[in-house]
Amino acid sequence: MKYLCLICAEKVMEQMSAAAAEQHYEEYAEFTGDIRESGHFLGCNRLQPPATAVTVRVRNGKIATTDGPFAETKEQFGGYYLIEARDLNEAIQVASRIPGARMGCVEVRPVAEDERTIRALGFDR
Amino acid sequence: MPIAPQNNDQAVSGMTDAREAIDAIYCMHSRHVFATLIRLLGDFDVAEEALHDAFRAALEQWPRDGVPENPRAWLVSTGRFKAIDGLRRRARFQPLPEDIEEHLAAEEDDPDGEGVEDDRLRLIFTCCHPALPPDAQVALTLREVCGLTTEEIARAFLTAAPTLAQRIVRAKAKIRDARIPYQVPSAPELPDRVESVLRVIYLVFNEGYSASSGESLTRASLSGEAIRLGRLLVELLPEPEALGLLALMLLQESRHAARSSAEGDLILLEDQDRSLWNAEHIAEGAALVERALLSRRFGSYTLQAAIAAVHAHAATASATDWAEIVVIYDILLRIEPSPVVELNRAVAVAMRDGPEAGLDLVDAILARGELDGYHLAHSARADLCRRLGRTTEARAAYKRAYTLARQEPECRFLERRLSELGG
Repeated sequence: MKYLCLICAEKVMEQMSAAAAEQHYEEYAEFTGDIRESGHFLGCNRLQPPATAVTVRVRNGKIATTDGPFAETKEQFGGYYLIEARDLNEAIQVASRIPGARMGCVEVRPVAEDERTIRALGFDR
Repeated sequence: MPIAPQNNDQAVSGMTDAREAIDAIYCMHSRHVFATLIRLLGDFDVAEEALHDAFRAALEQWPRDGVPENPRAWLVSTGRFKAIDGLRRRARFQPLPEDIEEHLAAEEDDPDGEGVEDDRLRLIFTCCHPALPPDAQVALTLREVCGLTTEEIARAFLTAAPTLAQRIVRAKAKIRDARIPYQVPSAPELPDRVESVLRVIYLVFNEGYSASSGESLTRASLSGEAIRLGRLLVELLPEPEALGLLALMLLQESRHAARSSAEGDLILLEDQDRSLWNAEHIAEGAALVERALLSRRFGSYTLQAAIAAVHAHAATASATDWAEIVVIYDILLRIEPSPVVELNRAVAVAMRDGPEAGLDLVDAILARGELDGYHLAHSARADLCRRLGRTTEARAAYKRAYTLARQEPECRFLERRLSELGG
Protein backbone atom coordinates (compact mmCIF):
# COMPACT_ATOMS: atom_id res chain seq x y z
CA MET A 1 0.00 0.00 0.00
CA LYS A 2 1.17 3.52 -0.79
CA TYR A 3 1.42 6.21 1.89
CA LEU A 4 2.22 9.88 1.49
CA CYS A 5 4.34 11.31 4.28
CA LEU A 6 3.86 15.08 4.48
CA ILE A 7 6.64 16.83 6.31
CA CYS A 8 5.68 19.81 8.45
CA ALA A 9 8.31 21.86 10.20
CA GLU A 10 8.58 25.13 12.02
CA LYS A 11 11.70 25.92 10.03
CA VAL A 12 12.40 25.06 6.41
CA MET A 13 15.92 24.75 4.98
CA GLU A 14 15.99 28.38 3.82
CA GLN A 15 15.40 29.58 7.39
CA MET A 16 18.20 27.54 8.92
CA SER A 17 21.81 28.56 9.46
CA ALA A 18 24.13 27.36 6.70
CA ALA A 19 25.72 24.76 9.00
CA ALA A 20 22.37 23.45 10.25
CA ALA A 21 20.99 23.22 6.71
CA GLU A 22 24.13 21.43 5.54
CA GLN A 23 23.73 18.83 8.27
CA HIS A 24 20.02 18.48 7.57
CA TYR A 25 20.68 17.85 3.86
CA GLU A 26 23.13 15.15 4.81
CA GLU A 27 20.58 13.47 7.08
CA TYR A 28 18.05 13.52 4.25
CA ALA A 29 20.59 12.10 1.80
CA GLU A 30 21.28 9.22 4.17
CA PHE A 31 17.62 8.52 4.96
CA THR A 32 16.61 8.67 1.28
CA GLY A 33 19.46 6.34 0.35
CA ASP A 34 18.31 3.91 3.05
CA ILE A 35 14.70 3.73 1.91
CA ARG A 36 15.75 3.44 -1.73
CA GLU A 37 17.68 0.35 -0.72
CA SER A 38 14.93 -1.10 1.47
CA GLY A 39 12.39 -0.71 -1.33
CA HIS A 40 10.06 1.69 0.50
CA PHE A 41 10.92 4.64 -1.74
CA LEU A 42 8.51 5.68 -4.49
CA GLY A 43 9.18 9.41 -4.75
CA CYS A 44 9.93 12.57 -2.84
CA ASN A 45 10.43 16.29 -3.20
CA ARG A 46 11.37 19.29 -1.15
CA LEU A 47 9.22 22.38 -1.54
CA GLN A 48 10.29 26.01 -1.57
CA PRO A 49 9.25 28.02 1.52
CA PRO A 50 5.53 28.81 2.05
CA ALA A 51 6.20 32.47 1.22
CA THR A 52 6.56 31.38 -2.41
CA ALA A 53 3.08 29.86 -2.43
CA VAL A 54 -0.02 31.15 -4.11
CA THR A 55 -3.46 29.67 -3.51
CA VAL A 56 -5.87 29.35 -6.41
CA ARG A 57 -9.65 29.08 -6.28
CA VAL A 58 -12.20 29.20 -9.05
CA ARG A 59 -15.54 30.69 -8.07
CA ASN A 60 -18.32 31.37 -10.56
CA GLY A 61 -15.88 30.62 -13.34
CA LYS A 62 -13.47 33.28 -12.14
CA ILE A 63 -9.96 32.59 -10.96
CA ALA A 64 -9.22 34.03 -7.52
CA THR A 65 -5.66 33.93 -6.26
CA THR A 66 -4.45 34.73 -2.76
CA ASP A 67 -0.89 34.85 -1.55
CA GLY A 68 0.48 32.24 0.75
CA PRO A 69 -0.45 28.63 1.58
CA PHE A 70 -4.10 27.61 2.12
CA ALA A 71 -3.64 27.06 5.83
CA GLU A 72 -1.90 29.63 7.98
CA THR A 73 -0.23 27.64 10.74
CA LYS A 74 2.96 27.87 12.68
CA GLU A 75 4.12 24.68 11.02
CA GLN A 76 4.84 24.72 7.33
CA PHE A 77 4.55 22.06 4.69
CA GLY A 78 8.13 21.52 3.58
CA GLY A 79 8.24 18.39 1.46
CA TYR A 80 6.98 14.87 1.05
CA TYR A 81 7.89 11.24 0.59
CA LEU A 82 5.71 8.79 -1.26
CA ILE A 83 6.44 5.35 0.14
CA GLU A 84 5.37 1.76 -0.31
CA ALA A 85 4.67 -0.05 2.96
CA ARG A 86 3.01 -3.31 3.96
CA ASP A 87 0.66 -1.57 6.40
CA LEU A 88 0.24 1.52 8.56
CA ASN A 89 2.63 0.28 11.24
CA GLU A 90 5.42 -0.11 8.69
CA ALA A 91 4.60 3.32 7.24
CA ILE A 92 4.81 4.83 10.74
CA GLN A 93 8.19 3.17 11.24
CA VAL A 94 9.51 4.67 7.98
CA ALA A 95 7.98 8.09 8.69
CA SER A 96 9.56 8.16 12.15
CA ARG A 97 12.98 8.00 10.46
CA ILE A 98 12.39 11.10 8.31
CA PRO A 99 14.84 13.70 9.71
CA GLY A 100 12.09 16.35 9.81
CA ALA A 101 10.08 14.21 12.27
CA ARG A 102 12.60 15.10 14.98
CA MET A 103 11.95 18.86 14.62
CA GLY A 104 8.46 19.15 13.20
CA CYS A 105 6.00 16.40 12.41
CA VAL A 106 5.06 14.07 9.60
CA GLU A 107 1.49 13.39 8.54
CA VAL A 108 1.06 9.88 7.16
CA ARG A 109 -1.82 9.44 4.69
CA PRO A 110 -2.79 6.31 2.81
CA VAL A 111 -3.06 6.90 -0.92
CA ALA A 112 -6.48 6.07 -2.36
CA GLU A 113 -6.12 3.16 -4.71
CA ASP A 114 -9.72 2.18 -5.26
CA GLU A 115 -10.85 1.26 -8.75
CA ARG A 116 -12.64 4.53 -9.47
CA THR A 117 -9.59 6.56 -8.52
CA ILE A 118 -7.31 4.35 -10.57
CA ARG A 119 -9.60 4.73 -13.58
CA ALA A 120 -10.10 8.49 -13.11
CA LEU A 121 -6.38 9.12 -12.87
CA GLY A 122 -5.61 6.94 -15.87
CA PHE A 123 -3.38 4.50 -13.97
CA ASP A 124 -5.15 1.60 -15.66
CA ARG A 125 -3.99 2.66 -19.11
CA MET B 1 -24.95 -12.40 21.50
CA PRO B 2 -28.31 -13.49 22.84
CA ILE B 3 -28.66 -17.17 22.15
CA ALA B 4 -31.99 -17.89 20.49
CA PRO B 5 -34.23 -20.52 22.04
CA GLN B 6 -34.15 -23.75 20.09
CA ASN B 7 -36.92 -26.09 19.09
CA ASN B 8 -35.46 -29.50 19.31
CA ASP B 9 -37.07 -32.83 19.98
CA GLN B 10 -34.01 -34.17 21.79
CA ALA B 11 -34.29 -35.23 25.39
CA VAL B 12 -34.85 -32.08 27.41
CA SER B 13 -32.09 -32.78 29.95
CA GLY B 14 -29.42 -33.37 27.29
CA MET B 15 -30.51 -30.19 25.58
CA THR B 16 -30.31 -28.17 28.76
CA ASP B 17 -26.83 -29.53 29.42
CA ALA B 18 -25.65 -28.55 25.96
CA ARG B 19 -27.33 -25.16 26.29
CA GLU B 20 -25.60 -24.54 29.60
CA ALA B 21 -22.31 -25.67 28.13
CA ILE B 22 -22.76 -23.31 25.19
CA ASP B 23 -23.63 -20.40 27.47
CA ALA B 24 -20.56 -21.06 29.59
CA ILE B 25 -18.34 -21.45 26.54
CA TYR B 26 -19.76 -18.26 25.12
CA CYS B 27 -18.84 -16.35 28.28
CA MET B 28 -15.38 -17.86 28.50
CA HIS B 29 -14.27 -18.19 24.92
CA SER B 30 -16.30 -15.98 22.59
CA ARG B 31 -13.70 -13.18 22.71
CA HIS B 32 -10.86 -15.65 22.03
CA VAL B 33 -12.73 -17.12 19.11
CA PHE B 34 -13.56 -13.66 17.79
CA ALA B 35 -9.94 -12.49 18.06
CA THR B 36 -8.73 -15.53 16.12
CA LEU B 37 -11.45 -15.16 13.49
CA ILE B 38 -10.38 -11.55 12.84
CA ARG B 39 -6.87 -12.81 12.12
CA LEU B 40 -8.10 -15.61 9.88
CA LEU B 41 -10.68 -13.53 8.03
CA GLY B 42 -8.98 -10.14 8.06
CA ASP B 43 -12.08 -8.11 8.84
CA PHE B 44 -13.92 -7.19 12.06
CA ASP B 45 -17.42 -7.34 10.63
CA VAL B 46 -16.91 -10.60 8.72
CA ALA B 47 -15.42 -12.10 11.91
CA GLU B 48 -18.37 -10.97 14.01
CA GLU B 49 -20.83 -12.55 11.63
CA ALA B 50 -18.74 -15.72 11.59
CA LEU B 51 -18.73 -15.80 15.40
CA HIS B 52 -22.53 -15.63 15.47
CA ASP B 53 -22.82 -18.30 12.79
CA ALA B 54 -20.47 -20.58 14.71
CA PHE B 55 -22.52 -20.32 17.91
CA ARG B 56 -25.71 -20.79 15.94
CA ALA B 57 -24.25 -23.99 14.50
CA ALA B 58 -23.22 -25.10 18.00
CA LEU B 59 -26.81 -24.64 19.19
CA GLU B 60 -28.00 -26.88 16.39
CA GLN B 61 -25.36 -29.57 16.57
CA TRP B 62 -24.11 -29.89 20.14
CA PRO B 63 -27.41 -30.95 21.74
CA ARG B 64 -27.57 -33.70 19.10
CA ASP B 65 -23.90 -34.73 18.75
CA GLY B 66 -22.51 -33.69 22.12
CA VAL B 67 -20.05 -30.93 22.98
CA PRO B 68 -16.82 -31.38 20.99
CA GLU B 69 -13.61 -32.14 22.82
CA ASN B 70 -12.04 -28.80 21.96
CA PRO B 71 -15.01 -26.43 21.67
CA ARG B 72 -12.88 -23.36 20.95
CA ALA B 73 -11.13 -24.97 18.01
CA TRP B 74 -14.49 -26.27 16.75
CA LEU B 75 -15.98 -22.76 16.93
CA VAL B 76 -13.02 -21.20 15.13
CA SER B 77 -13.02 -23.66 12.26
CA THR B 78 -16.82 -23.64 11.97
CA GLY B 79 -16.89 -19.84 11.97
CA ARG B 80 -14.14 -19.68 9.39
CA PHE B 81 -15.85 -22.27 7.19
CA LYS B 82 -19.19 -20.44 7.38
CA ALA B 83 -17.55 -17.13 6.52
CA ILE B 84 -15.71 -18.55 3.53
CA ASP B 85 -18.88 -20.26 2.39
CA GLY B 86 -20.85 -17.03 2.68
CA LEU B 87 -18.20 -14.95 0.94
CA ARG B 88 -17.87 -17.42 -1.92
CA ARG B 89 -21.64 -17.49 -2.39
CA ARG B 90 -21.68 -13.70 -2.55
CA ALA B 91 -18.61 -13.70 -4.81
CA ARG B 92 -20.66 -15.34 -7.56
CA PHE B 93 -22.32 -11.99 -8.00
CA GLN B 94 -19.50 -9.71 -7.01
CA PRO B 95 -15.74 -10.32 -6.93
CA LEU B 96 -14.22 -10.51 -3.45
CA PRO B 97 -12.00 -7.67 -2.29
CA GLU B 98 -8.40 -8.66 -2.85
CA ASP B 99 -7.30 -8.56 0.78
CA ILE B 100 -10.12 -10.84 1.92
CA GLU B 101 -9.23 -13.28 -0.85
CA GLU B 102 -5.65 -13.25 0.42
CA HIS B 103 -6.79 -14.13 3.92
CA LEU B 104 -9.01 -16.92 2.71
CA ALA B 105 -6.20 -18.40 0.68
CA ALA B 106 -3.91 -18.47 3.73
CA GLU B 107 -3.66 -21.89 5.34
CA GLU B 108 -5.51 -22.23 8.60
CA ASP B 109 -2.97 -22.86 11.32
CA ASP B 110 -3.68 -24.84 14.44
CA PRO B 111 -6.56 -22.80 15.84
CA ASP B 112 -5.69 -23.71 19.41
CA GLY B 113 -1.94 -23.47 19.13
CA GLU B 114 0.38 -21.01 20.79
CA GLY B 115 -0.31 -18.18 18.39
CA VAL B 116 -3.92 -18.05 19.54
CA GLU B 117 -3.16 -16.37 22.88
CA ASP B 118 -1.51 -13.65 20.83
CA ASP B 119 -4.76 -13.05 18.98
CA ARG B 120 -6.29 -11.37 22.02
CA LEU B 121 -3.20 -9.21 22.31
CA ARG B 122 -3.41 -8.38 18.58
CA LEU B 123 -7.01 -7.37 19.13
CA ILE B 124 -6.13 -5.11 22.06
CA PHE B 125 -3.32 -3.40 20.18
CA THR B 126 -5.48 -2.90 17.10
CA CYS B 127 -8.39 -1.41 19.07
CA CYS B 128 -5.98 0.90 20.95
CA HIS B 129 -4.03 1.92 17.85
CA PRO B 130 -2.88 5.55 18.26
CA ALA B 131 -4.02 6.31 14.69
CA LEU B 132 -7.60 6.07 16.02
CA PRO B 133 -9.15 8.94 18.00
CA PRO B 134 -8.99 8.32 21.79
CA ASP B 135 -12.76 8.06 22.27
CA ALA B 136 -12.94 5.55 19.42
CA GLN B 137 -10.13 3.50 21.02
CA VAL B 138 -12.15 3.31 24.22
CA ALA B 139 -15.40 2.41 22.47
CA LEU B 140 -13.78 -0.18 20.22
CA THR B 141 -11.91 -1.83 23.11
CA LEU B 142 -15.06 -2.16 25.21
CA ARG B 143 -17.02 -3.47 22.25
CA GLU B 144 -14.52 -5.87 20.68
CA VAL B 145 -12.22 -6.91 23.53
CA CYS B 146 -14.72 -6.86 26.41
CA GLY B 147 -17.75 -7.78 24.34
CA LEU B 148 -20.03 -5.03 25.68
CA THR B 149 -22.88 -3.97 23.45
CA THR B 150 -22.97 -0.56 21.82
CA GLU B 151 -25.96 0.34 24.01
CA GLU B 152 -24.11 -0.61 27.20
CA ILE B 153 -21.10 1.51 26.26
CA ALA B 154 -23.30 4.44 25.25
CA ARG B 155 -25.12 4.30 28.59
CA ALA B 156 -21.87 4.12 30.57
CA PHE B 157 -20.47 7.17 28.78
CA LEU B 158 -23.75 9.10 28.69
CA THR B 159 -23.55 9.21 24.91
CA ALA B 160 -26.35 8.60 22.44
CA ALA B 161 -26.15 5.05 21.08
CA PRO B 162 -26.18 6.16 17.40
CA THR B 163 -23.24 8.52 18.07
CA LEU B 164 -21.31 5.70 19.65
CA ALA B 165 -22.20 3.25 16.89
CA GLN B 166 -21.02 5.82 14.35
CA ARG B 167 -17.72 6.19 16.21
CA ILE B 168 -17.18 2.42 16.06
CA VAL B 169 -18.09 2.22 12.36
CA ARG B 170 -15.63 5.01 11.53
CA ALA B 171 -12.88 3.38 13.55
CA LYS B 172 -13.37 0.06 11.78
CA ALA B 173 -13.34 1.88 8.42
CA LYS B 174 -10.04 3.52 9.34
CA ILE B 175 -8.55 0.16 10.35
CA ARG B 176 -9.49 -1.15 6.91
CA ASP B 177 -8.69 1.91 4.79
CA ALA B 178 -5.39 2.99 6.34
CA ARG B 179 -4.51 -0.71 6.70
CA ILE B 180 -3.89 -0.83 10.42
CA PRO B 181 -2.39 -4.30 10.79
CA TYR B 182 -3.64 -6.98 13.15
CA GLN B 183 -0.41 -7.55 14.98
CA VAL B 184 1.48 -7.25 18.22
CA PRO B 185 3.88 -4.33 17.71
CA SER B 186 7.57 -4.98 17.23
CA ALA B 187 10.05 -4.17 19.99
CA PRO B 188 10.88 -0.61 18.83
CA GLU B 189 7.17 0.30 18.58
CA LEU B 190 6.19 -1.41 21.80
CA PRO B 191 6.73 1.33 24.43
CA ASP B 192 4.59 3.87 22.57
CA ARG B 193 1.91 1.31 21.78
CA VAL B 194 1.74 -0.11 25.31
CA GLU B 195 1.32 3.42 26.59
CA SER B 196 -1.66 3.83 24.31
CA VAL B 197 -3.26 0.60 25.60
CA LEU B 198 -2.65 1.59 29.23
CA ARG B 199 -4.18 5.01 28.59
CA VAL B 200 -7.35 3.41 27.22
CA ILE B 201 -7.65 1.01 30.16
CA TYR B 202 -7.12 3.80 32.68
CA LEU B 203 -9.66 6.01 30.90
CA VAL B 204 -12.23 3.23 31.20
CA PHE B 205 -11.35 2.76 34.86
CA ASN B 206 -11.59 6.46 35.64
CA GLU B 207 -14.89 6.78 33.86
CA GLY B 208 -16.11 4.06 36.22
CA TYR B 209 -14.29 5.35 39.29
CA SER B 210 -15.40 8.94 39.04
CA ALA B 211 -17.91 9.52 36.30
CA SER B 212 -16.94 12.80 34.63
CA SER B 213 -20.47 14.11 35.02
CA GLY B 214 -23.87 13.02 36.22
CA GLU B 215 -25.28 11.72 39.44
CA SER B 216 -23.52 8.47 40.07
CA LEU B 217 -20.11 8.77 41.67
CA THR B 218 -19.02 5.34 40.53
CA ARG B 219 -19.98 3.13 37.68
CA ALA B 220 -18.75 -0.12 39.06
CA SER B 221 -19.18 -2.07 35.86
CA LEU B 222 -16.70 0.10 33.95
CA SER B 223 -14.11 -0.12 36.74
CA GLY B 224 -14.61 -3.86 36.75
CA GLU B 225 -14.12 -4.06 32.98
CA ALA B 226 -10.95 -1.97 33.27
CA ILE B 227 -9.53 -4.26 35.95
CA ARG B 228 -10.40 -7.30 33.83
CA LEU B 229 -8.60 -5.66 30.90
CA GLY B 230 -5.64 -4.86 33.14
CA ARG B 231 -5.43 -8.49 34.26
CA LEU B 232 -5.65 -9.71 30.69
CA LEU B 233 -2.83 -7.40 29.64
CA VAL B 234 -0.64 -8.47 32.58
CA GLU B 235 -1.29 -12.12 31.70
CA LEU B 236 -0.42 -11.60 28.03
CA LEU B 237 2.31 -8.96 28.30
CA PRO B 238 3.71 -8.43 31.80
CA GLU B 239 5.39 -5.07 31.15
CA PRO B 240 6.24 -3.18 34.38
CA GLU B 241 3.80 -0.35 33.67
CA ALA B 242 1.02 -2.86 32.93
CA LEU B 243 1.65 -4.30 36.41
CA GLY B 244 1.74 -0.75 37.79
CA LEU B 245 -1.57 0.19 36.22
CA LEU B 246 -3.31 -2.97 37.44
CA ALA B 247 -1.91 -2.29 40.92
CA LEU B 248 -3.13 1.30 40.80
CA MET B 249 -6.63 0.26 39.77
CA LEU B 250 -6.84 -2.47 42.41
CA LEU B 251 -5.63 -0.14 45.17
CA GLN B 252 -8.08 2.59 44.19
CA GLU B 253 -10.88 0.07 43.83
CA SER B 254 -10.06 -1.37 47.29
CA ARG B 255 -11.58 1.79 48.79
CA HIS B 256 -14.78 1.47 46.79
CA ALA B 257 -17.07 0.58 49.72
CA ALA B 258 -15.61 3.28 51.96
CA ARG B 259 -15.58 6.12 49.47
CA SER B 260 -19.17 7.23 49.66
CA SER B 261 -21.91 7.16 52.27
CA ALA B 262 -25.21 5.32 51.91
CA GLU B 263 -26.66 8.62 50.67
CA GLY B 264 -24.02 8.77 47.94
CA ASP B 265 -22.00 11.51 49.64
CA LEU B 266 -18.27 11.70 49.15
CA ILE B 267 -16.11 10.56 52.08
CA LEU B 268 -12.54 11.85 52.09
CA LEU B 269 -9.66 9.42 52.46
CA GLU B 270 -8.88 10.67 55.96
CA ASP B 271 -12.48 10.11 57.10
CA GLN B 272 -12.99 6.70 55.53
CA ASP B 273 -13.75 3.61 57.60
CA ARG B 274 -10.61 1.63 56.79
CA SER B 275 -12.16 -1.66 57.88
CA LEU B 276 -14.27 -1.39 54.71
CA TRP B 277 -11.21 -1.42 52.48
CA ASN B 278 -10.85 -4.59 50.44
CA ALA B 279 -7.84 -6.42 51.89
CA GLU B 280 -7.56 -8.82 48.95
CA HIS B 281 -7.32 -5.97 46.43
CA ILE B 282 -4.74 -4.24 48.63
CA ALA B 283 -2.58 -7.36 48.97
CA GLU B 284 -2.71 -8.06 45.24
CA GLY B 285 -2.05 -4.41 44.35
CA ALA B 286 0.87 -4.08 46.77
CA ALA B 287 2.49 -7.25 45.43
CA LEU B 288 2.18 -5.94 41.87
CA VAL B 289 3.76 -2.62 42.88
CA GLU B 290 6.71 -4.52 44.34
CA ARG B 291 7.15 -6.53 41.15
CA ALA B 292 6.97 -3.40 38.98
CA LEU B 293 9.44 -1.46 41.15
CA LEU B 294 11.92 -4.34 41.08
CA SER B 295 11.98 -4.20 37.27
CA ARG B 296 13.57 -0.73 37.46
CA ARG B 297 11.72 0.09 34.23
CA PHE B 298 8.67 1.50 35.98
CA GLY B 299 6.87 4.71 35.15
CA SER B 300 4.11 6.94 36.42
CA TYR B 301 1.42 4.27 36.88
CA THR B 302 3.71 2.28 39.15
CA LEU B 303 4.62 5.37 41.17
CA GLN B 304 0.98 6.40 41.57
CA ALA B 305 0.26 2.84 42.69
CA ALA B 306 3.15 3.06 45.15
CA ILE B 307 1.55 6.17 46.67
CA ALA B 308 -1.81 4.41 46.89
CA ALA B 309 -0.04 1.47 48.57
CA VAL B 310 1.40 3.76 51.27
CA HIS B 311 -2.14 4.93 52.06
CA ALA B 312 -3.43 1.36 51.97
CA HIS B 313 -0.88 0.25 54.55
CA ALA B 314 -1.65 3.02 57.06
CA ALA B 315 -3.88 1.64 59.81
CA THR B 316 -5.26 5.12 60.50
CA ALA B 317 -5.14 8.40 58.57
CA SER B 318 -2.76 9.89 61.14
CA ALA B 319 -0.39 6.92 60.74
CA THR B 320 0.14 7.74 57.03
CA ASP B 321 3.81 7.97 56.07
CA TRP B 322 3.61 11.40 54.40
CA ALA B 323 7.39 11.72 54.16
CA GLU B 324 7.47 8.58 51.99
CA ILE B 325 4.61 9.92 49.87
CA VAL B 326 6.44 13.22 49.26
CA VAL B 327 9.54 11.26 48.16
CA ILE B 328 7.49 9.28 45.63
CA TYR B 329 5.87 12.48 44.33
CA ASP B 330 9.35 13.94 43.84
CA ILE B 331 10.31 10.97 41.62
CA LEU B 332 6.99 11.18 39.81
CA LEU B 333 7.54 14.88 39.08
CA ARG B 334 10.97 14.14 37.69
CA ILE B 335 9.76 11.56 35.18
CA GLU B 336 6.44 13.24 34.38
CA PRO B 337 6.22 16.91 35.34
CA SER B 338 2.62 18.11 35.60
CA PRO B 339 0.84 20.82 37.60
CA VAL B 340 -1.70 18.28 38.92
CA VAL B 341 1.11 16.11 40.34
CA GLU B 342 2.65 19.28 41.82
CA LEU B 343 -0.67 20.05 43.49
CA ASN B 344 -0.89 16.57 44.99
CA ARG B 345 2.69 16.85 46.20
CA ALA B 346 1.83 20.20 47.83
CA VAL B 347 -1.01 18.54 49.75
CA ALA B 348 1.38 15.79 50.89
CA VAL B 349 3.90 18.44 52.00
CA ALA B 350 1.12 20.13 53.99
CA MET B 351 0.47 16.83 55.75
CA ARG B 352 4.18 16.37 56.49
CA ASP B 353 5.18 19.94 57.38
CA GLY B 354 1.90 21.66 58.25
CA PRO B 355 -0.75 23.59 56.28
CA GLU B 356 1.30 26.77 55.92
CA ALA B 357 4.07 25.02 53.95
CA GLY B 358 1.45 23.41 51.71
CA LEU B 359 -0.43 26.66 51.14
CA ASP B 360 2.71 28.44 49.91
CA LEU B 361 3.18 25.72 47.30
CA VAL B 362 -0.50 25.67 46.26
CA ASP B 363 -0.54 29.46 45.88
CA ALA B 364 2.61 29.34 43.74
CA ILE B 365 0.97 26.74 41.48
CA LEU B 366 -2.30 28.71 41.25
CA ALA B 367 -0.37 31.89 40.46
CA ARG B 368 0.90 30.26 37.27
CA GLY B 369 -2.70 30.03 36.08
CA GLU B 370 -2.62 26.52 34.54
CA LEU B 371 -4.86 25.05 37.25
CA ASP B 372 -7.16 28.01 37.63
CA GLY B 373 -10.07 26.06 36.14
CA TYR B 374 -9.39 22.90 38.17
CA HIS B 375 -11.83 22.61 41.07
CA LEU B 376 -9.54 20.41 43.16
CA ALA B 377 -6.83 23.12 43.18
CA HIS B 378 -9.28 25.56 44.75
CA SER B 379 -10.70 23.04 47.19
CA ALA B 380 -7.12 22.15 48.26
CA ARG B 381 -6.44 25.84 48.90
CA ALA B 382 -9.75 26.14 50.76
CA ASP B 383 -8.95 23.17 52.96
CA LEU B 384 -5.51 24.52 53.91
CA CYS B 385 -6.94 27.99 54.69
CA ARG B 386 -9.67 26.34 56.79
CA ARG B 387 -7.06 24.46 58.79
CA LEU B 388 -5.15 27.70 59.33
CA GLY B 389 -8.32 29.43 60.55
CA ARG B 390 -8.35 31.80 57.58
CA THR B 391 -12.11 31.44 57.19
CA THR B 392 -12.84 34.24 54.70
CA GLU B 393 -10.21 32.95 52.26
CA ALA B 394 -11.37 29.38 52.79
CA ARG B 395 -14.96 30.34 51.96
CA ALA B 396 -13.93 32.18 48.79
CA ALA B 397 -11.88 29.21 47.60
CA TYR B 398 -14.67 26.68 48.36
CA LYS B 399 -17.08 28.88 46.39
CA ARG B 400 -14.71 28.97 43.44
CA ALA B 401 -14.31 25.18 43.62
CA TYR B 402 -18.09 24.81 43.81
CA THR B 403 -18.65 26.76 40.59
CA LEU B 404 -16.10 24.56 38.80
CA ALA B 405 -17.12 21.12 40.13
CA ARG B 406 -19.31 19.01 37.85
CA GLN B 407 -20.13 15.92 39.88
CA GLU B 408 -23.07 16.14 42.22
CA PRO B 409 -21.47 14.34 45.19
CA GLU B 410 -18.52 16.72 44.95
CA CYS B 411 -20.84 19.74 44.82
CA ARG B 412 -22.71 18.46 47.88
CA PHE B 413 -19.41 17.96 49.71
CA LEU B 414 -18.36 21.55 48.94
CA GLU B 415 -21.77 22.84 50.03
CA ARG B 416 -21.35 21.04 53.37
CA ARG B 417 -17.93 22.60 53.88
CA LEU B 418 -19.29 26.04 53.03
CA SER B 419 -22.15 25.73 55.50
CA GLU B 420 -19.74 24.53 58.20
CA LEU B 421 -17.83 27.77 57.63
CA GLY B 422 -21.05 29.75 58.00
CA GLY B 423 -22.14 30.32 54.43
